Parts: sequence; C-alpha cells; structure tokens
Amino acid sequence: MPEPILTVSHLVKRFDALTVLNDVSFGVCKGEVIVIVGPSGCGKSTLLRCINALEPIQGGEIRLHGERIAADNRNLSTLRQKIGMVFQSYDLFPHMTVLDNILLAPTKVQRRAKAEAKEEAMALLRRVGLSEKANSFPRQLSGGQKQRVAIVRALCMHPEILLFDEVTAALDPEMVREVLEVILDLAEQGRTMLIVTHEMQFARAIADRVLFLDGGNFVESGPPEEFFAHPQTERAQQFLKTFTFERKR
Amino acid sequence: MSWEFIMTYLPLYQAAAVLTVKIGFAGIALSILVGLGCMLVQYERIPLLRVIVGAYIEVSRNTPLLIQLFFIYYGLPKIGISTDAATCGVFGLAFLGGSYMAEAFRSGIESVAPIQEESAYSLGLNRFQTMRYVILPQAFSMSVPSFMANVIFLLKETSVFSAISLMDLMFTAKDLIGLYAKTTESLFLLVVFYLLILLPVSLLGSLLERRVRYAGFGA
Repeated sequence: MPEPILTVSHLVKRFDALTVLNDVSFGVCKGEVIVIVGPSGCGKSTLLRCINALEPIQGGEIRLHGERIAADNRNLSTLRQKIGMVFQSYDLFPHMTVLDNILLAPTKVQRRAKAEAKEEAMALLRRVGLSEKANSFPRQLSGGQKQRVAIVRALCMHPEILLFDEVTAALDPEMVREVLEVILDLAEQGRTMLIVTHEMQFARAIADRVLFLDGGNFVESGPPEEFFAHPQTERAQQFLKTFTFERKR
Repeated sequence: MSWEFIMTYLPLYQAAAVLTVKIGFAGIALSILVGLGCMLVQYERIPLLRVIVGAYIEVSRNTPLLIQLFFIYYGLPKIGISTDAATCGVFGLAFLGGSYMAEAFRSGIESVAPIQEESAYSLGLNRFQTMRYVILPQAFSMSVPSFMANVIFLLKETSVFSAISLMDLMFTAKDLIGLYAKTTESLFLLVVFYLLILLPVSLLGSLLERRVRYAGFGA
C-alpha cells in the first residue's frame, strides 16, 4: 500500500452542541479516487470544508504530505494551493471574465507569467469544450458551463488533490452529464480526487473506494462493486434503497 | 427679472461655484477615505477601534452639518486647533460624509456572498488578496447607488458653508440679496448654479450604475 498524501486522523467537528464528525480517520493515496456518499446532512460537505481549513475543527488533525492543515498554520495558503476545491454553487467571481477567473490565482498567488498561465488556461478550456467562452462573464454561462469553468480554475493551480463538493447538485439533469464527464476524464488522467456526490451511478463508475458516512463516522467502506452490490451494514442498505423505486400496483 | 443684474454678477457666482465645487469634492474625497477606513475596521472587527468607529458613525449621522461646522470652526480653536474656513469646510464635510460612506460600503460588502471569500481562500489567496481582487470590486459595484446618492447629498450640504463665512454660492446669493434686494435674480442664479453642479454628477451616477450592473452581476 503506498503512503497516503492526505491523512485525516481522529477528526472531530462540532457545531456548538451538535457533533457532525466524530473521530473520522482515513487517507487518500496518490492517484486514488475516493467517493464519499451518505444521507443529507451527514457531514460530507463539512468534511471537505475541514480539509481545506474553511471550518475550524475541534479535534484530531488533517495533514497533507505530513504538514498540518489548520487556520493557524502560516503555510496555509501554500497548502490550499495544493488542494483544489470545487463547490456546489460554482462560485466563480461574477465581476471577472471566465479567463480572469482562471488566471487570478495562478498570476497573483503563484506569480506565474501571464502568457504562460493563459496558454494553459486556454488549453484546459478547450479540453472541457469552453474555449470560445473565455471572454464571457459567468452570468452568460449555463450552470454546467460555470461548473466546468470552476473545475478548470481549480486545475490551473496544479493541485495535488481535488475536492468536489456535490458539484452537480445544483444542475439541471441534462447538464449533470457534461460536468461528470469532465471529472471522469480527470480520473483517467490519474488525478487524486475526493468526491462527495449523490449521483450513485457516477460514484460507481469513478470510485476506487467508496466511503459511506452516516452518524458522524464512516459506517462502511469498500470498492464500488462490493459497496453497491452487497452493502454489509443495514444503514448502507437502507441508504442505497432510497435510490431505487418499486412499482406499487 | 433684470438680466443686466444677472449678467453683472454672473462672474461672482462663477467664482463661488468653483469654491463650492473645490471644497465639495475635496470633502467627498476625504469622506471616501474615512468611510473606507471605518468600513474595514468594522468588517475586520478590530477590537476597540470598532467601538470608536461605531460611536463616530452615530454622532456624525445624528447631528446636523451646521452644528458640526460650528464645532470645528468655533469650538476647536478653544483647545488650540484653529483652521481657516475652507479647511473647516472640507473637514466638516468629511466628518459628516465619512459615516454615510462607511454605511454605503458596509452594505456593499455585506451583500457579497461569504462563499466568494471561501472560494478565493480555497484557491490560495490570502486575506489581503481576497479583499483586493474579490470582495472589494464586488462591494463597490453593489454600493454604487448609495454611494452616488451620498455624493449628491454631500454636494447639496455645501449650502450651509456660508454659515462659517465661506464665499460659496449660498453666501454670494445672501450677500447680493442683502446689498441690492434683488431676491428673484439672486435666488434664480443660485438655483441655476446648483443645478449646473449637480445635474452632471447625477447623470454620471446613473451612467455608472448602469455600467457596473452590466459588468457581470445577476450571475
């Protein structure tokens, strides 16, 4: 087993009296695609937010290449550059064009030459089929297009691991596919990814490992074929049942 | 109405208008700086300073400019700080305008969704870069309507400057009425000159509003 690049150990996250994550531990190895599934409100998104230090944690620790990710780490900005995050609501900067959205961090944070970064940005935009939208503003794009731009924006920072937080949850069904295909393409390139999703078919297709989060901790984990075909725990069985319908009459 | 009178004293009004505009815009420029400072103190929740800024905003918004000017012009010399009328006018306007600008900027910054900040942090931007490139540009566009309303409000407030014997438009009009009793002509010129100053500003404001709204919102 290769050494994990990201390790979460004994993570505890509380919102006041409510414990959302209770002693969560796992690791992500290079090139691995992990999908986290679980019922709404089980803390999947919170877990991703903790990994990017967007939420303070109450116990345990998160390390990337052994370096602790925490708000008090002076190196936090450098660590965050290595962790690409894509949110459910796209969160492009509305006052900037698509290209400026993508180039902001590479040129201002990594201080890369604009021409070189632009060349890469355009290549990435072409890859997701949006090169002709480079000078459009986010409001001129559809939800699926915005989400693809958000993915390119994260990619342009050369992150070592990508976090996807229910990136298709706000999209119309016909746009879900175009976004998921981009993510599948990334998996083929061997990217390390941690994905939170409600798209079970997609999870099944992309995951190396599925983690089922419920009641503040992982209840079950395993390769997708096993998890989806033969869930071991009753809770996982019940959860998966909510995605299938039976004819009542 | 005597056009001859109007033509004779037109230059006097022109000079007064220049003074009004100079003091007005200097005061507004300063009030923008004060407003930005106050807004940042409140946004970053800097302890102590935050309380002082809060108190300043209440005092400034709940007292008339005339009283503030009297305080600066007649009150401050008593503790050894004396200013000439023009400086007093600029600082008086900035004292009043600073709080209004702070509130306009604050409402702008509060209308920027918190996730914008998180989105910037997750890309590795630090606090300053996030403020500079992501939050402030959006906050400014959002606050343009109230910002322009403040600019016009402050320009109109310059009409009380005559109380500290600044030779502004109001002073000139009152002076001419006192000297020649040509009330109609003097007041007519006063209205015309205030309109000449304010109408372009007002038009510029609505132009700016339309532009920033176009520049990528409603996303």
